[in-house]
Amino acid sequence: MKPTNTDDPSYFHKVVDCQWACPAHTPVPEYIRLIAEKRYTDAYMINWHSNVFPGILGRTCDRPCEPACRRGRIEEQPVAICRLKRVAADYKSDIRDRIPEVPKKKNGKHIALIGAGPAALTVARDLLPLGYEITLFERDAVSGGAMRTQIPRFRLPIEVLNEELNYVLDMGVNCRFGEEITSMKSVMSEGYDAIFIGTGAPLGKWLDLPGHSDAADNIHTGIEWLANVAFEHVTSIGKKVIVLGGGNTAMDCCRTSKRIGGKDVSVVVRSGFDDMKASPWEIEDAIAEDIPILNFHVPKRYIVENGKLVAMEFEKVRKEVDENGRRQLIPTGEEPAIIPCDDVICAIGQENSFPWIERDLGIEFDKWEVPVLNKATYQSTHENVFFGGDAAFGPDNIITAVAHGHDAAVSIHMSCEGQDINRRPDPLTNLSSQKMGIHQWSYDNDISADFRFAVPHADKEQTLNDINVEVELGFDEQLALNETQRCLNCDVQTVFTDKLCIECDACVDICPTDCITFTQNSEESELRLDMLSPAENTEQDLYVSGTLTTGRIMAKNEDLCLHCGLCAERCPTNAWDMHKYLFNTAKAQDSCQS
Amino acid sequence: MSYINKPKFKHPQLQTNDIGLTRRDYEGTLTTLCGGCGHDSISAAIIQASAEMSLEPHRIAKISGIGCSSKIPSYFLSKAHGFNSVHGRMPSVATGANIANKELSYIGISGDGDSASIGLGQFCHIVRRRVNMLYIVANNGTYGLTKGQLSATADLGSRTKSGEESLFDNIDLATLAIELGASFVARSFSGDKKQLVPLIQAGLTHKGFAFIDVVSPCVTFNNTDLSTHGYKNTWENHIVLSEVDFVPMREEITTSYAPGKEKEITLHDGSVIHLHKTGSNYDPMDKENALHHINAYKKQGKIATGLLYINQTTSDLHELQDTVDKPFNSLGCHELCPGDEALGDINNTFR
Repeated sequence: MKPTNTDDPSYFHKVVDCQWACPAHTPVPEYIRLIAEKRYTDAYMINWHSNVFPGILGRTCDRPCEPACRRGRIEEQPVAICRLKRVAADYKSDIRDRIPEVPKKKNGKHIALIGAGPAALTVARDLLPLGYEITLFERDAVSGGAMRTQIPRFRLPIEVLNEELNYVLDMGVNCRFGEEITSMKSVMSEGYDAIFIGTGAPLGKWLDLPGHSDAADNIHTGIEWLANVAFEHVTSIGKKVIVLGGGNTAMDCCRTSKRIGGKDVSVVVRSGFDDMKASPWEIEDAIAEDIPILNFHVPKRYIVENGKLVAMEFEKVRKEVDENGRRQLIPTGEEPAIIPCDDVICAIGQENSFPWIERDLGIEFDKWEVPVLNKATYQSTHENVFFGGDAAFGPDNIITAVAHGHDAAVSIHMSCEGQDINRRPDPLTNLSSQKMGIHQWSYDNDISADFRFAVPHADKEQTLNDINVEVELGFDEQLALNETQRCLNCDVQTVFTDKLCIECDACVDICPTDCITFTQNSEESELRLDMLSPAENTEQDLYVSGTLTTGRIMAKNEDLCLHCGLCAERCPTNAWDMHKYLFNTAKAQDSCQS
Repeated sequence: MSYINKPKFKHPQLQTNDIGLTRRDYEGTLTTLCGGCGHDSISAAIIQASAEMSLEPHRIAKISGIGCSSKIPSYFLSKAHGFNSVHGRMPSVATGANIANKELSYIGISGDGDSASIGLGQFCHIVRRRVNMLYIVANNGTYGLTKGQLSATADLGSRTKSGEESLFDNIDLATLAIELGASFVARSFSGDKKQLVPLIQAGLTHKGFAFIDVVSPCVTFNNTDLSTHGYKNTWENHIVLSEVDFVPMREEITTSYAPGKEKEITLHDGSVIHLHKTGSNYDPMDKENALHHINAYKKQGKIATGLLYINQTTSDLHELQDTVDKPFNSLGCHELCPGDEALGDINNTFR
C-alpha cells in the first residue's frame, strides 16, 4: 500500500465516524467535550452553526451518527449523541448575543425562499449575515415546514420549535406566510437574484384498494393527517385505528392516534419486522405505548358495511429470498386476517410535487417529475433556481435538509458574487497537537466503560392523555455528564511521523485493541490479514506509513482505535502524537474569500 | 508511566485460547517503565507466548531480582505467582521454589546488572544446577535504574549516553550459560517478537535450564548511535543463526520445509520446534560449534541470535537428585515422618 495521505482533508474526517456520517458534518466529539465541561452554550453554538436546529434535532434527528459511532463497534451501544445535543439545548443560557450580526446595509441582492422548512431557513441563516435581503414564502401561516406539521408535539414541544425558528426569522427575514404560490413564473417576475425551493415532499401516498371510495372519509394519509392534528384541525379519531406502513411517519401516526381517542391502535406492515424503515428507537417507543405491530400482512381491501368502514382484510405472507437475492413475499395460504377498524391511516410514503412550477421556465424535470439538479450545487437547469431538502431528491430527514441548505447557500452566494459555483470551497480544517505534558493531554482520554444511559421518560399515564406532554424528559445533568464520558474523542487523531520512529514496539504493546502492526508492506487485502488482530472492516481505512529503517511499515487499523492516546504516551520519540482534527464544512460566509 | 489505566475494551475478534482466555487475560498492571523500553516488549512477548500456549496463569511462578528488568513481572500474568527478591538473588529463590514445587512453570526475570554483576555467582550456580525453568535476562548494557552507567554486558568500545566508553570486554551470559551446562540457550531482541515469542514458548516447554539473553534497549540511557545495545545497532547487526517455529503438542504439523535447511526437535512433552538454519554449517546441537559461531560473529561486531544451543539429553535438578515424584510441598505428615518402623528399616541398612 502507498503511505496514507493525511493531507487529504477527508482522511482524518472519515476517522470521526459520527461527523463523517452526519449530512451536515457537525463536529460531534467537540461539542460532547464542551458538554462534559458544562459549557452548554458553547456546545449549543457549535451545533447551531452546523445544524441550525440543535434543540429540534436533539429530539427528532434520524441520527445517522449513532449507527456510525465507533463505540458501537467496541461494545454494544453507540454514544447517545442525539440526546446529548438536546442536553446542550436544554441547559444553555441566552444565545441571542451570539447570533451573527446582520448588516444594516444590504448587499443589494434579493433572494426568495419558497417553503419555510429546515432547508430554506438554513439558507436564510447563512445568507442574512452577508447582507442579503431574504423573502420567505410559506403556504401555512407559520414557519417550520415538516418540523411543525409532521412531528407530533409529544416528541417536539412547540416552545422548542418556535424558539429555534425565531432565531432565524428574527435575523430579519421578510415573511410572506399564508401565501400559497400557484405560479413560479409570477415569483420569478418579482425579480429575485436567486430563488431557493424547499417545499418538501408534501404529497402522501394512498393505498387504493377495493372499498376505498366508500370509506374515503375514514382513510387518511399519514402526513396530511399529522399536519391536521398539528394545526388542531383534527382533534379526534375513531377507537379502532389501523396504521399502514413501517416508517417513522407510521410510528408518529399510531402514537398520535393513541392520544386523541384511539384505543385499539395497531401498526400493520407488509414485510418483516426487521425490514421496517422506522428508526429502532421510534419502534421501541411505539411498542412501549402498547401498540402492536403486525408484520407479514399484505392489505387487500377495506371492508365497508352500511357505508361505514368497519375493518380491513389482510393476506398473510412469509418472506423468501430468491436465487437473485431478491426478497419475495409468498402467501402462506392461511385464512385472511380481518382487523376491525374505524379509521385507517396510510403512512406508506410521500412524494414531492411541483404543479405550481410551469414547465416552460427552463427548470427541467425528469420522467418522475423530480427536478434535474446538480448534486453538489443544488442548482437546477435554471441558473438562478436552486432546490433543497425533500424537494430536491425526495423524502429524507431534517438534518439532510439542513445540509442541502448550507450547500445551496454557498452556491447562491458564489453565484451572486459572480464566481463559478462548481468550484466548491475547501472545508475549514485544523490539526493541532493536544500534548500538555509527558502524560497529559488536553482531552480526557480516560474513557468510561459504562453502558449507554437511557433517557428517562415521563409517566405513560400522563403522556398518553395529553398530546402536548413530551414523552422524553431528556438527560438530567448527571446522566448527561456520565454519557459524555463514553465518547471516544475520535477527532483526536493518532498522527504518525515515520522519520521519528525507532521501531521499539511500545505502541504495539500498549494498544488495547491491537490496532498497530509493524510488518512488511503488501497489498491492502493481504495487509488487513497480516495485522496483529485482523482488520476485517473494509469500510474503515488502514493508516500506512512510509518505509521505516528495517524496511517494514507501520499499519494502523482505524476501525477500533479508542483514541486513548496510550500509543503516543508510550512513544519515546513522539513519532505518535495526538492531534485534534477540527473539520467544518465551508458555509456561505467562507466561500468567497479569495 | 501513565495517568490512565489501559482500557479494558479489546478487539472484538480477539481469539480465545483452549482454556477460554484471550491475550488480554494474561496482562499485568500498566507498565511504569519509560515509554519505548525494550523490557515492555519482553512482557508483551511473554503474554503472547503464554496465551498462545494456553498456559494456566496460576500454574506459573515469576521470580525476579532488582532493577528495571526485575520490575516487569508486575506487567504480565497478574494471575500468576510472583516473588520479587533481593538484588542478584533471584536464582536462589527460584531454586528453592522449584525444589519445593516442581510442578509449576518458573519464569525468572533478571537484568544485566542483576545477573552479570551482583548476581553473577548466583547465575553460574543455577545454570550448573540445571534448575528446570526459563531464565530471561533483559539485557540493555546499562544500569538504567541508577541513570545510565555502563554495565558488565556493555561491549568493549560501546559508549553511554554521556559519552563514557566501555574499556572492558563484556560478559556474554549466553556463552557463559553454554559453558556451564545450560541445555537451552537462545539470544533474541525485544524489537523482534516474531523471533522472541517462539523462543519463549520453546524455553518454557524445554525440560531443564533454559536461558534467553534478550537485547532490550534502554531507550532513555543507552540508545545512541554509539551504543551497541541500542535499537539501531541491534536492528542492523543481529544475525539470525537459526529461526525457530514452535508447534505445541496438540497441533498437527502442517508446514514443510526445504530439505537440509530445516531440523525438527521434539521436546519432552511432544511439542516440536522447527529450526531453520540460516548459516550454512551451524549446528545448535554442538556446543563447540555454537560457541565458535557466536564468537566469530562477535568479532565482526555482529550479534548472533536465535536458538544458539540445545541439548535434550541432560537431566534436570530433580532427576539428578532423584527426588520423589510428588512435589515436596504436597507431601503429607505421614510421608515426611513415616514413623519408628521406617526409621528402623533405614537404620538397619547401615548396620
